[in-house]
Amino acid sequence: MVVNYFHGRTIMKKTRLNSCHKKLGAKLIGFFGWEMPVEFSGIIKEHLAVRQKAGLFDVSHMGEIVISGKQALDFVQYLTPNNAARLTPNKAQYSALTTPRGTFIDDLLVYCLDEDRYLLVVNAANSDKDYEWVLSHKGGFDVQVENKCDDYSQLALQGPKAMEILQPLTKINLEEMNIFGVSWGNVAGEDTIVSRTGYTGEDGFEIYTLSQNPDKIWDAILEEGKAFDVLPVGLGARDTLRLEARLMLYGNDIDETTTVLEADLSWLIKFKKGNFLGRDALLKQKEEGIKRKIIGFEMLGRGIARSHYPVYVDGEKVSEVNSGSFSPFLKKSIGLAYLPIEHTEIGTEFEIEIRGNRVKAVVVPAPFYKRNEKA
Amino acid sequence: MYSDDFYYTKDHEWVKIKGDKGIVGITDFAQKQLGDVVYVEFPKIGAQLEFHQSLGVIESVKAVSDIYSPISGEVIKINEELNNSPELLNEDPHGKGWIIHLKIKDKEELEKLMSASEYEKFLEGLEE
Repeated sequence: MVVNYFHGRTIMKKTRLNSCHKKLGAKLIGFFGWEMPVEFSGIIKEHLAVRQKAGLFDVSHMGEIVISGKQALDFVQYLTPNNAARLTPNKAQYSALTTPRGTFIDDLLVYCLDEDRYLLVVNAANSDKDYEWVLSHKGGFDVQVENKCDDYSQLALQGPKAMEILQPLTKINLEEMNIFGVSWGNVAGEDTIVSRTGYTGEDGFEIYTLSQNPDKIWDAILEEGKAFDVLPVGLGARDTLRLEARLMLYGNDIDETTTVLEADLSWLIKFKKGNFLGRDALLKQKEEGIKRKIIGFEMLGRGIARSHYPVYVDGEKVSEVNSGSFSPFLKKSIGLAYLPIEHTEIGTEFEIEIRGNRVKAVVVPAPFYKRNEKA
Repeated sequence: MYSDDFYYTKDHEWVKIKGDKGIVGITDFAQKQLGDVVYVEFPKIGAQLEFHQSLGVIESVKAVSDIYSPISGEVIKINEELNNSPELLNEDPHGKGWIIHLKIKDKEELEKLMSASEYEKFLEGLEE
């Protein structure tokens, strides 16, 4: 038996919560230069904890880039397709860094810290590339760009019980926060930025702090959450949770070869806001119509479709699986792939090659999982 | 943890001998590496397996792994319970999580395998 896990042998960066993970007996892996917990008590158990109760994640490997100065807003508007002018210091938005071709340098969250300071939260795998990209497009903009990737710690508390667990630890009125709302304040004695955001498809919060002791927040949440069966959750379940919610993973589902329209994220393009990198290309593609689109699929036959497995339509190879996994909540094999636009309708059958055998799959509505929206 | 009447491979399979029959599974170390098992792909009953030939595949949420036969022989039984309860491989890898029964071709091959104490030493070496 050979386990195809990646075992890092190089020296890795550690988050400030690394010793907490070791104390909890986490299985650690190398993840783009960071030593991160992949699982604590088991991916399925952790996954279901987030769906049913709550889970706590260390996502301090995420990158943070701060853009400040008189023209900070203009610069963010130029770099990203969403309309950052609609942001206020208590609101964040999902967006992207786009190339002139309308493809992804990265996907990200944009926070307005104040009217001339914006925080970009980017993928760990891309943080250096993104920083270079942002710098190289600074041009005549009157802004400063700072790479804060190693300064911020980031925790995510996700699940239907997240609010009940977090509220006793802070004076921020969590109930009053909207989805993508942002607040500033103290959590477990540490200065933080709290946003009602996440990467799991559940309600929940992401907590940013510059504190040297984010473990105080981590420990306080686990202690407060005991009554709600909160579990620490690793990157393994983070991936299965985000896939069920059809949230994109950079490098798997989107990259510099896929456009925002092909990734079915047209809602984040605001053509009317004015010029931005990739606007012309995306407008042209929108007018001409896209030739392929990302779809969610479910396996009809046995087996799990994994990343890069070949995809066949009418006997011809058309693409490869982007993300694919067993879904712990739905208990089936699900995934994402790009298909020619004429084959993207719900119910369309196609095939995926699993270890030499072609196995049937079908296009299904995605997100695969949607939580019950209740007040 | 590792029982004395089992033989072990460097790929973390075990085989337990009962007369001319061998029961084959993966070790506790292996199941921990894999994480939650969700699917097992078995060989066909009657298949002739050579020593170290791939006998099937285990899929966990995060990983796909080949299982290699610890000994040559003919597949006479597969653990169909794993189809409905793949978690047995995690919960009881040396017992209810067995994978196949083989009719052993050549018992001398057992000399190529490790005893429990040798396997434990081998694992200590891996963890360094």
